[in-house]
Amino acid sequence: MTGHEHDDHDHSELSETELRVRALETVLTEKGYVDSAALDAIVQAYETRIGPHNGARVVAKAWVDPAFKRALLEDASKAVGTLGHVSRVGDHLVAVENTSARHNMVVCTLCSCYPWEMLGLPPVWYKSAPYRSRAVKDPRGVLSDFGVTLPKETEIRVWDSTAETRFLVLPMRPMGTEGFSEEQLAELVTRDSMIGTGFPKTPGAPS
Amino acid sequence: MGGMDGFGKVEAEPNEPMFHTEWESRVLAMVRAMGAAGAFNIDASRFYREALPPEVYLASSYYKKWLLGLEDLLIEKGFVGADEVAQAHALKTAKPLEHGKFTVDDVERVMTRGGFGRDAQGPAKFKVGARVRARNMHPVTHTRLPRYTHGHVGVIERIHGCHVFPDSAATGAGENPQWLYTVVFDGRELWGPDTDPTIKVSIDAFEPYLEPA
Repeated sequence: MTGHEHDDHDHSELSETELRVRALETVLTEKGYVDSAALDAIVQAYETRIGPHNGARVVAKAWVDPAFKRALLEDASKAVGTLGHVSRVGDHLVAVENTSARHNMVVCTLCSCYPWEMLGLPPVWYKSAPYRSRAVKDPRGVLSDFGVTLPKETEIRVWDSTAETRFLVLPMRPMGTEGFSEEQLAELVTRDSMIGTGFPKTPGAPS
Repeated sequence: MGGMDGFGKVEAEPNEPMFHTEWESRVLAMVRAMGAAGAFNIDASRFYREALPPEVYLASSYYKKWLLGLEDLLIEKGFVGADEVAQAHALKTAKPLEHGKFTVDDVERVMTRGGFGRDAQGPAKFKVGARVRARNMHPVTHTRLPRYTHGHVGVIERIHGCHVFPDSAATGAGENPQWLYTVVFDGRELWGPDTDPTIKVSIDAFEPYLEPA
């Protein structure tokens, strides 16, 4: 946990929190509620199966396939469901399209709702008080924390994820990508571009 | 915490790992497993995290809140005793779980997101384009209407169908499905006339949160 702010300032081998977590897991397994091996399997599944690569494939396909893009904006759960290789996203995924007139940004001010199946587990900043408090009030200020500046006339639409609907931003396709394959395009799609706090990578630019 | 001031800049960590310590991953797995085994639903787990004392909530990391909420929830629902947690051993007979013990065979279930849409109990009260006011309401039980929208007027933009109503589900009062709408507010309506006029903010609001405006 070096270089990262946690409430636990105890740097001993086993912090108070770690002991408390172990205690709870011991009680749950001794009482026969869970198998430790099943907990291992959950962690492994999160570590290997979900992540922004799922969302990136969806975005890249929308960039090259106008029919898929229409279907995605109409009903994202259904459209993503047609791509067998992407993990199941549940019934309430909503894709929102960035245009030169409108930029979309996603937050959850109440907790930290996030499209796990599309983007993986949320980064700490997404779950942090600075982002959750300020995204709805000063989105341009938040974007500047990410080094992102938008034209002053661009509408900024902030989606506060207050129910079980989940939002995926469909960023604009970068210039200079004519003739790129879906796979090449997917490489350019960043996690932050699908949250709305960044742009896709531009080909040839340092990443 | 939408609209609260003073938390400072958003700081992204370069090359952030999925978990910063192993215990974070164990907490995530325990919450998912006990939820899938039927000890609680997602709304109850959120409610217990959000019901932490404000000074604890604000000072705790994301997974620490998950741990504290999980302990409180399991103790209050009688699945574990505070004495068991303190002594790190089972001391009492287990309380039966609705779906039984969580084993490796159940892992696939937690990796598939559940559906929250339900059959309509009646017609939707609002149409797309309707002006609505977010109610000024302060229930002490669970709710999902952000405080910063209270009393403000927005426009219905989408209708998502009927969904499980968290306010009911969190307290064990059943799913009580309600119409769910995307409501868009002008930034100036929420934050005052000096606000950047290009800002629009939407929430997804259940019908009982809204009144005609």
